[in-house]
Amino acid sequence: MGDEVSPLAKQPTTRQLVMWAGAVGDYQPIHYDKDFAQSRGLSGVIVHGQLVGAFLGQLMTDWIGEQGILRKLSCSYKGMNYPGEVLTLRGKVTKKYVEDGQHCVECSLWAENSRGEKTASGMAIVILPSKG
Amino acid sequence: MAEGSLDLERLKAKLGVEWEPWSYPIERGMVRRFARAVGDPNPRWQEGTVAPPTFVLAIGFEQFVDEVMSLAAFGTVLMGGTELECYHPIKPGDEITVVFKISSLREREGKMGRMAFMTFDSTYKNQGQELVARCRQMVIGY
Repeated sequence: MGDEVSPLAKQPTTRQLVMWAGAVGDYQPIHYDKDFAQSRGLSGVIVHGQLVGAFLGQLMTDWIGEQGILRKLSCSYKGMNYPGEVLTLRGKVTKKYVEDGQHCVECSLWAENSRGEKTASGMAIVILPSKG
Repeated sequence: MAEGSLDLERLKAKLGVEWEPWSYPIERGMVRRFARAVGDPNPRWQEGTVAPPTFVLAIGFEQFVDEVMSLAAFGTVLMGGTELECYHPIKPGDEITVVFKISSLREREGKMGRMAFMTFDSTYKNQGQELVARCRQMVIGY
């Protein structure tokens, strides 16, 4: 309990936002047009919330390896992330239990920016091949 | 329509009602493009043999946003949160059918005028009718 998930650092660029827009089909201009973003009350172009969700997914799949299964991933996007900023994805084990013969590990997850602000937080449940 | 006002009647009329299913053939290139966009070097996704769990987020998303924007004239939609449950891996060659529904809707005054806080639930089935994933998205429209 309290074990740390190996952290993952990301620094999404505007180029990466364009790649994400294309990969998922999210073409909202708040993610590429600064003037538009400001007209919508944002201080600039923002990182897609779901890209941060996908970063948290990578945090977990990196940690559990090929034999582990990511069963549940949830996160809420609490603050804006801006391209160029370093985001660190972190997690901590909160619970280990066996359900239907499967070894489950529950983790709390979050993303923090370089000012230490948690811009997203959530949880994951993974299934590990043997007792984790 | 006046700035800051929202017409949510068409969305309200859809509360709890499943939308018509949309089907997508999953191609290796889609999986690779997704992994590259995340910047995830994992060879399993980069080679496109299997999709990462969060690939579910890409399935039908463009059509979903288009539909939300056509039901209510939002200037912007922001994602407030995501809950994803994965039951089976998705692989290239699969045909995934997604069904969305709006489960809740409430309005609140925000700094940009009236804002709508919506919850959407979606289910994803493969060509064998197996449930591969469920997703709940919290979406803010204004």
